[in-house]
Amino acid sequence: MYLTNQYARYGQYKGGDPIDILISNSSGKPIYEQICQQIKTQIMDGTLTAGEALPSMRALAKELHLSVITVQRAYEDLTRDGFIETVSGKGSFVAAQNQEFIREERLREAEGLLQRAAELGRSHGIPLEKLTGILTLFYEEGD
Amino acid sequence: MENSILVRDLTKRFPGFTLDRVSFQVPKGRIVGFIGENGAGKSTTIRLILNDLKKDGGTVELLGRDHTDPAVKNDLGVVFDACNFPEAFTPLDVEKVLSGVYSVWDGQAYRGYLKRFALPERKRVKTFSKGMKMKLSIAAALAHRPRLLILDEATAGLDPVIRDEILDILLDFIQDEEHSVFFSSHITSDIQKIADYVVLIHQGKIVFEEEKDVLLDQYGILRCGKGTEVEPGDYIVRRETGVSAEYLVRDRSAAGKKYPKAVADAASLEDIMLFYIKGEAS
Repeated sequence: MYLTNQYARYGQYKGGDPIDILISNSSGKPIYEQICQQIKTQIMDGTLTAGEALPSMRALAKELHLSVITVQRAYEDLTRDGFIETVSGKGSFVAAQNQEFIREERLREAEGLLQRAAELGRSHGIPLEKLTGILTLFYEEGD
Repeated sequence: MENSILVRDLTKRFPGFTLDRVSFQVPKGRIVGFIGENGAGKSTTIRLILNDLKKDGGTVELLGRDHTDPAVKNDLGVVFDACNFPEAFTPLDVEKVLSGVYSVWDGQAYRGYLKRFALPERKRVKTFSKGMKMKLSIAAALAHRPRLLILDEATAGLDPVIRDEILDILLDFIQDEEHSVFFSSHITSDIQKIADYVVLIHQGKIVFEEEKDVLLDQYGILRCGKGTEVEPGDYIVRRETGVSAEYLVRDRSAAGKKYPKAVADAASLEDIMLFYIKGEAS
């Protein structure tokens, strides 16, 4: 059957392991967003590598017992953000050219953390120079 | 042809009940859930679609053809809540009869399904449990390779394990994007899991036809104390409880911001159905 072929082909890339996606029904976060976020995380941390095949939308919907539209929406968002590419008739693959997207995503993450540090500093009277000093120290320590 | 089922203004009058200009569609490659309380008109709608019952008005297209076209039945798999096979039949007898009825019969696929559903080929139907009978009906419906599967209350009265297996079979069926499923149930949790779209019928009328994710991700219930008045434009349906008022809203995050003293929760399909049936519209 069609499904088994999809999985067999996918299995060749992944040593037979299906992709790890954990859906929470009580998190209040839309399910398509959870899928999107988890695939992004796996691309960014290298669990999924460029060129690797993702399960077809329909196969993933079946695996997770979700509606196809939900998975389709997640794949559309991932495509829009440059994380995956969909070749019609062949399926979806992790995009090769996503270094810049990854960096941007990381930058947003860093911004969030720095914003929190700035808020803490401001509300507790820690001077900015002190904070930038700490940041510089941490940054250069890693070299 | 983008729609597997296209129903427009379908009407049927009975003494004391009218199915009133029912319109909805089942897009190709999708699962559409059809919900409503008992007696709302779900089974009547399905029997009219199948032309088992004569309509008084409206049009029904199945797979691009008028539903009265006899050729349509070959591409259609139908499963009802009750198993219609004679009790004395074995699954192999069922095959003998049905392979003569349908122009296409995939015996290999049929026996594959029997094996997969753990149905003994040579045991009589009367020894089967309700879940096994349902799986036999589904195996028979799939064996003539339909492109559209219509199920009327197929999961009613089955335990959660078998219902889950049936959801699996339906998701398997739509792995082919030319296939679609129209699936009536009053068990909204099954539909909540796998349906792409949801159609709610109440007292013979379609209340809404909506993408399921929109219902679950955007709709919500706003619970307010006596002090908060919600403007009529901000809600769809209202329900009074002893101590508070509850409102079904189309955009729960906007409603939560506008009425900060109220609690805005996500709504399940069951909540939404109950609101429409029990509440007063704005």
